[in-house]
Amino acid sequence: MYVEMKGINKNFGSYEAAKDISFRVDQGHLAALLGPSGSGKTTILRMIAGLEQQDSGDVIVDGNVVNHIPAKERGIGFVFQNYALFRHMTVFENIAFGLRVQKKGKKEIRDRVMELVELVGLEGMHKRYPHQLSGGQRQRVAFARALAPKPQLLLLDEPFAAIDAKVRKELRVWLKEMIAQVGITSLFVTHDQEEAVAVADEIMIINEGRLEQMGKPVEIYKKPKTSFVAQFIGTSAVLDDFDGFKGFEEVPKGRKAIVRPEFVEAFKNDNEKVRSLIPAAEKGVITDISFRGSTLELTLEVNGISLTTNRSLERRHVEIGEEMCVLIYRAYILEEDDTTVYKNQMLKGVDVEAL
Amino acid sequence: MREEMRDRGRQDGLSPKQGEGGGEMAFGNGDGQKSGQKGIVPILLIAVGVLFFLVMLVLPLVEVIYRSLKDGLESYMNAVTAENTIAALKVTLIAAVIALAVNTFFGLCASWLLTKFEFPGKHVLSVLIDIPFSISPVIAGLAYIMTFGRMGWATPIVEQINEWLGTDISLVFSIPGVVLATIFVTFPFVSRELIPVMQAQGSKEEEAAVMLGARGLTIFRKVTFPHIKWALLYGIILCAARAFGEFGAVYAVSKARGKTFTLPLEIDALYMAGSADSITQAFAVSSLLVALAIIILILKQIVEYCGKDNR
Ligand SMILES: Nc1ncnc2c1ncn2[C@@H]1O[C@H](COP(=O)(O)OP(=O)(O)O)[C@@H](O)[C@H]1O
Ligand SMILES: [Mg+2]
Repeated sequence: MYVEMKGINKNFGSYEAAKDISFRVDQGHLAALLGPSGSGKTTILRMIAGLEQQDSGDVIVDGNVVNHIPAKERGIGFVFQNYALFRHMTVFENIAFGLRVQKKGKKEIRDRVMELVELVGLEGMHKRYPHQLSGGQRQRVAFARALAPKPQLLLLDEPFAAIDAKVRKELRVWLKEMIAQVGITSLFVTHDQEEAVAVADEIMIINEGRLEQMGKPVEIYKKPKTSFVAQFIGTSAVLDDFDGFKGFEEVPKGRKAIVRPEFVEAFKNDNEKVRSLIPAAEKGVITDISFRGSTLELTLEVNGISLTTNRSLERRHVEIGEEMCVLIYRAYILEEDDTTVYKNQMLKGVDVEAL
Repeated sequence: MREEMRDRGRQDGLSPKQGEGGGEMAFGNGDGQKSGQKGIVPILLIAVGVLFFLVMLVLPLVEVIYRSLKDGLESYMNAVTAENTIAALKVTLIAAVIALAVNTFFGLCASWLLTKFEFPGKHVLSVLIDIPFSISPVIAGLAYIMTFGRMGWATPIVEQINEWLGTDISLVFSIPGVVLATIFVTFPFVSRELIPVMQAQGSKEEEAAVMLGARGLTIFRKVTFPHIKWALLYGIILCAARAFGEFGAVYAVSKARGKTFTLPLEIDALYMAGSADSITQAFAVSSLLVALAIIILILKQIVEYCGKDNR
């Protein structure tokens, strides 16, 4: 089953929560709606579910426009933020709820619930109440409950937000595998880009109610279409005036630019191996060094602009105040509503990847 | 509560006051815990609290019991089993039971509407529900007379309906009138108890139930109700206390002693008769209301206790 939104608009009073949103998630895919808090992700999910009615546009499920089908008849599984488990029901009753509503037989319900309890790894806990479970276990119950009536589409709102950081990564992998195993088309909401990249096949970037870009994580990373995406994805600082750098003479003056740490390389002036690159490099002075777990993050001042780069701990020792050669491979130059990738012209013909 | 009764200063200590009494006691206890630390202020506060409690609540109640039994058990029984008293008790119970049923239903509907849905005019409805709290019950009663009385604009409509149904129902100076007045003054109790609970709960679980395919009624029975049952019962109990004790609104629409008088009206009538006998009888009948009040107080405590466990 696939799901599609076509030209969806939604206002809350005078506030535009969704502006002309169109996208499609194909059968069996796992997509993420990624955007800052308040950007309208939950609203989009709720419109697909039928919990919120769009002002205009169509929600299409498997080729059928479902605009006027009430939520309870859409047959969509929904995992709520904070799970919204039925507090006064046991795990078993929570999962059984959707089946009881369908008036399934006793044995059928029991079999299906126990199958799901096993699937989500909660064996022996089906008699517990939600308050007797950890965050991760609750999420599993919410997931099993949503899957019980065998929906064709699963929507998850910030499924990891209520879980502490340690378990989150584990659950991420678990959920991805689980969804692949069940083979259900899924769409989840998150404000955490790392999470979106780790879990989703496709990412949709939402900002102020608009769909900024949709694509595979790597595509979005490599070719951000809008300045918002360029800034939101990856760790990036915006440089107000990217001007006068070697190799970037073509860049129009006075443009904003984004130079990610991985676009920058710093090496000592006496580095023999990269002598051939020195003409393409600028001079910079280290203003800050911080330890980032497995690498050092260097901040360098180049032409009056601060750039950051990561440096392996295996390389030679560096100090604050030291002068380095700074090579910029690439930069995103921001225009009104677009970004262009500029490469360092002086590196033409040099095999940068081999460095 | 019950401004007009306080003004007359005769029936202090009847049922609705019981609620306030409980509150006062709790206040005293709170101070008591702190009195472990030395100091004159807590002791003073306790003294004031206890004194207030004694003078305002305990003494009047003791007085009611004492006075009602002053002429012996036989005259007490005579007063309690008098024709008028039995009739008044019946009317009181009928009015209270119907008011409870109606207000439980509408209270549930109103709180459900106000907490789980967004619609235009929501604030207006929320304010309207509270009207009986802010309007003097006498005015409510008078408003019924204006509307349904002989000169009232709605009277032709009621007569028309009576004609169609072949009935002879009159809405003022009759039992239906008493019931309506009681419903009016007890209207907000259930919803005012439910709304905070339902608001705190939000509508997430209901939405989860919707996504699992449940219908409105199923959602109410299986998801909403278990969370609100204690608050609902509590609201019903408060509603009952008020219904038993209501004076002003009923006074306005009920003029026939022995037919449409409720217990508070009967007590008033006995007391106003002014003879030593009738005053004793008034106290005897009052003791019935006190008994009802005590039952309600006990139920209220039980519900509060159970509700705490279940939240
Ligand atoms: N029921 C509502 N009424 C009014 N405004 C709302 C409502 N729901 C959401 N909004 C507003 O719409 C915007 C988007 O909300 P939401 O979809 O929850 O964002 P996100 O999930 O991306 O954090 C927010 O500014 C929020 O305040
Ligand atoms: Mg959200």
